[in-house]
Amino acid sequence: MSAKATREAYGEWLVEAGKTNKDIVVIDADLAESTKTIIFGKAYPDRFFDVGAAEQNLVDVAAGLAIGGKKVFASSFAYFLTGRAWDQIRNIVAHDNLNVILVASHGGLSAAADGASHLALQDVALMRVIPNMCVVVPVDAEETKNTLNAAIATGGPFYIRLRRDKELILPKNYQFKLGKAEIMRDGSDLTLAAFGPMVDASLKAAAILKEKKIDARVINVHTVKPLDSETLVSAAKTTGIMFTVEDHSVLGGLGGAIAEALSDKYPVPVHRFGVPDVYGGSSRNFESFLKEFSLTPDQIAATVEKTVKKQ
Amino acid sequence: MVNDEELRKLSKRIRVDVLRATTEAGSGHPGGSLSATDILVTLYWRVLKHDSKNPTWPDRDWFILSKGHAAPALYTVLAERGYFPKEQLHHLREYDSLLQGHPDATRTPGVEVSSGSLGNGLSISSGIASALKIDGKSNRVYCLLGDGECDEGLVWEAAMFAAHRKLDNLTAIVDRNGLQIDGPTEKVVSLEPLYDKWNAFNWHVIRVNGHDHVQLLAAFEEAKKFKVKPTVILADTIKGKGVSFMEGVVGFHGKACTPTELDAACKELEGD
Repeated sequence: MSAKATREAYGEWLVEAGKTNKDIVVIDADLAESTKTIIFGKAYPDRFFDVGAAEQNLVDVAAGLAIGGKKVFASSFAYFLTGRAWDQIRNIVAHDNLNVILVASHGGLSAAADGASHLALQDVALMRVIPNMCVVVPVDAEETKNTLNAAIATGGPFYIRLRRDKELILPKNYQFKLGKAEIMRDGSDLTLAAFGPMVDASLKAAAILKEKKIDARVINVHTVKPLDSETLVSAAKTTGIMFTVEDHSVLGGLGGAIAEALSDKYPVPVHRFGVPDVYGGSSRNFESFLKEFSLTPDQIAATVEKTVKKQ
Repeated sequence: MVNDEELRKLSKRIRVDVLRATTEAGSGHPGGSLSATDILVTLYWRVLKHDSKNPTWPDRDWFILSKGHAAPALYTVLAERGYFPKEQLHHLREYDSLLQGHPDATRTPGVEVSSGSLGNGLSISSGIASALKIDGKSNRVYCLLGDGECDEGLVWEAAMFAAHRKLDNLTAIVDRNGLQIDGPTEKVVSLEPLYDKWNAFNWHVIRVNGHDHVQLLAAFEEAKKFKVKPTVILADTIKGKGVSFMEGVVGFHGKACTPTELDAACKELEGD
């Protein structure tokens, strides 16, 4: 199977699911080509809405469709969806526990070339502080489809963060379960907890560390909320030190969520890899962006090695 | 069906109950509740298809209160219609009450969607109207907005969308009482020419006296028959309507009457 961007998997899944489930409607805000909802729009024009460049209206119309009995998938770029329509997400969709599944493309650093205005570096933080909201960051196409299946089965408000770049394929050695963090590699010296593309980077970092006789556990925390604190606490107990890895601000995202959970239940040192408290700016490619923020496997391995040896 | 005289009497009773509930709560928004009272009474006694014993009846018409601060008026109407016991009005704004400071669909029977943050209702109503169109159903959607609320850009995003989608099953009502928290709408940020604005957004526009049940009813009937465009009823109203010392007074937007003021107001409303 060739690597496929998570957003492409989304478009395909919508068409497939929409075939049998006539209650599915899809709504976009002038980015249907980019988010891939256009594939659904062409297949089922009667159940597709484009509100134009109007994200607040996007989310409220989605809410209305859900109140009217539909299962709604609403899409835009991650920053615009969470940044421009936060009031509508907080006060209507999540407050009233509506069946609206927000699926954002261009999460994290994946809108690299577009620059600061388009980078979604606070979206997970913005979504996870809202009661009733479920927040998932899948790694690859397969995990995206599993997430969408889980979301439609569970119902209620979801934020699913996808990316622009073609990505990775996860090793298929586990069954995706919503809310269950997955140990991708066992290890006893330290834990790398990551989501999205950073799971792959963490697995590669763990392979580098292995050569240096450092045994890293790697956990795929696809579901940021509700957070699987059991798996994380157990890792903290065994390995004694936690590294979080995310293509998101180090404030309030995965690192924040894990630091909160561990400080409540089993405090160990938590070192957060991610984008520091800055805007980021443009980068012509994703890889050089990762390097800029010390998020490549080599850099992660080097920092981990240094930190662990200091202990 | 209640006749016009009975509607007028109901409106008075609703106004008294609104003032009693907000004074007992110690806060709330009586001004905009009194301006909206006749619109709500007309809708709930003469226009809406609804069933208080079955609030989620699939064939009902939908009412969305976008100006959520008029919750006391909506609650009083819903109680009078039997959605919940009138006794609940004594618990307005209490912790864990059925009747929250602003409408909460997760708690109050008959409240279709939560509101309070302004500007959201028309978009939500457009979504409901779209769902009804997909299903080929004939239920209608009504949405009550404040005029100050029309400062919110989202109202106009919704206005464009509803017209583009030809949502003729949607009727908006603007409670045009001319006052918002910081003063007259025309002083804060002028809304006029409001009729022309809605017209330019491709809506069918009707202007009525928002305290005249007969005019309101005729407007709702016209909206039902009007095809291809959504209809907006610009209802000219008076903030604090029915109580001389409250009428047109900005200060009563978000302040309840004192017990002394309440006595005077009830005498006036019940007296004539």
